[in-house]
Amino acid sequence: MTTAERTAPPDTLTVPASRAPGCPFDPAPAVADAARTEPITRATLWDGTPCWLVTGHQDVRTVLGDPRFSADGLRPGFPFLTAGAREVIGQKPTFIRMDDPGHAKLRRMLTAEFMVKKVEAMRPEVQHLADDLLDRMTAGRNSADLVREFALPLPSLVICLLLGVPYEDHEFFQERSGILLALRSTPAEAKAALDELVEYLTRLAQAKRERPDDGIISRLVARGELSDGEIASMGRLLLVAGHETTANMTSLGTLALLRNPDQLARLRAEPALIKGAVEELLRYLTIVHNGVPRVATEDVVLGGSTIRAGEGVLCMINSANRDATVFPEADALDVARDARRHVAFGFGVHQCLGQPLARVELQIALTTLLRRLPDLRLAIPYEEVPFRGDMQIYGVHSLPVAW
Amino acid sequence: MRIHADQEKCCGAGSCVLAAPDVFDQREEDGIVVVLDPAPPAALHDAVREAAAICPAAAITVTD
Repeated sequence: MTTAERTAPPDTLTVPASRAPGCPFDPAPAVADAARTEPITRATLWDGTPCWLVTGHQDVRTVLGDPRFSADGLRPGFPFLTAGAREVIGQKPTFIRMDDPGHAKLRRMLTAEFMVKKVEAMRPEVQHLADDLLDRMTAGRNSADLVREFALPLPSLVICLLLGVPYEDHEFFQERSGILLALRSTPAEAKAALDELVEYLTRLAQAKRERPDDGIISRLVARGELSDGEIASMGRLLLVAGHETTANMTSLGTLALLRNPDQLARLRAEPALIKGAVEELLRYLTIVHNGVPRVATEDVVLGGSTIRAGEGVLCMINSANRDATVFPEADALDVARDARRHVAFGFGVHQCLGQPLARVELQIALTTLLRRLPDLRLAIPYEEVPFRGDMQIYGVHSLPVAW
Repeated sequence: MRIHADQEKCCGAGSCVLAAPDVFDQREEDGIVVVLDPAPPAALHDAVREAAAICPAAAITVTD
C-alpha cells in the first residue's frame, strides 16, 4: 500500500472525492466546483497518479464515444478507482474492461438477453416478485429496512432468475459483491471475493453442462464458444452489476422522493409519469458517482487541453447529468422533465447492457411501493441515513421506513 | 426523412426502441437494431431524432 500513502499536492482535486459536506444527492462538492470552473481539469487519483477529470455533458459523451479512449484495464496508465479494482482487473478481465473487437464479440453474446422486447415480457414476473416482497415486508408490521427487504432482494431475485443462479445462495454472493464495490477493500480482500465468486460460478457452469436450464449461464454453456471459467467471469460481472445498481437506485430514489414531497405528490397523482420520473431519478442521482475510467491511446485535444497517450481520464457522468446547458435547473429533481439525454448508464459502445431491465425494475419497484404504501415515510431522522460514500455505487446502506 | 442504422456499430443497448418503438426494433437473435420504417411520417420525426441523439454507439443517422 505504499502508493496509497503518497499524498496529492494540496491544490489538486483527489478522486474519489469526499462527498461531505454537501447535499447527499449532489455530486461531491469538489467535483461540482471543478465542473463549474473547468470542463476538463487535472486531478489526482487516490494512489497519487495524475489523471484528467471530464465533467461536461458533451465532453463526457465525446470521450466515451471515441475509440481513442480505451476501456482496456490492462493498458498502462489506466486509472483505477480503488486498489481492489486494480488487483481484480489483472486477474479476470471482463468485457467492460476490453476494447472492440474483443469487447463486441463477448457483449453480443448477451445483447439478446437484455433486449427491450424480452425484458418487457418479464413485467408480470417482476410485478409478482415486487408484490410478494411487499406482502412479506408489511405483514403485521409498520416499519422495515427498505434496502434489506425490498430494494435489494427484487433485482437480486430477477438477476438470479435470468442467470440461473440459485437465490438461496444470495448472502454468499451479495457479501462478495459488496467487497468488490467497497472503496476501502484491500487488494487481498478484493482478490479473495473475486476468486470465490468465480469459483462458485465455474461450478455452476459445470453443473449446467450436466443439467441445462433456461438461464443465461446455461445458454452460454450451450454456445460452446467459452470455457466454464470465461462464462463464470461473465456471470460474475452480470451478477454484481445486476445487484447493487438497481437496488441503490430504488432505495436512493425513494429517499429522494421523500425529501421532495412536491415531486412525490406529483408522481402519486399522475402514476403515468413513472417512465420519465425514472429517467429523471437516474439523471439526478447518478449512482456511478466516481467516474467512468478510460485511458488515451493517442494524443487527443479536448476542450483546449491536450490529453497525452497513456494518460488516464475519468468521465464524471454525475456532473455531466447536472450540466445546466442540457438540463435546465439541473440541480432540481423534476419528475416531469425530459431527462432522456442523461448519461447515467454511460455512453458509447460500453453503455449499460442491462438498462432495459433496470428501467423495468425501477418503474415497477417505485410504482408498487408508492401505490401500496400511501403513508410511506422515513423512520429515522434524515441526518442519520447511512449514505454510501464509501462504495463505488452510491446509495444508502439501509433505509428504515414506516407506513 | 430517411433513417440509416449501422448494424456493425450497434451495441444493442435498446435506447432507440424505447425512444421510437414504431420505427426501431431489435433482432431476436442478437438484439441488434432493425429499422421498421426507414421513411417514417412527420409525427414520428422528433422521436427519431431523439433516438439518434441518445444512441450510445452513434449508429443511427437521419437525413431530411
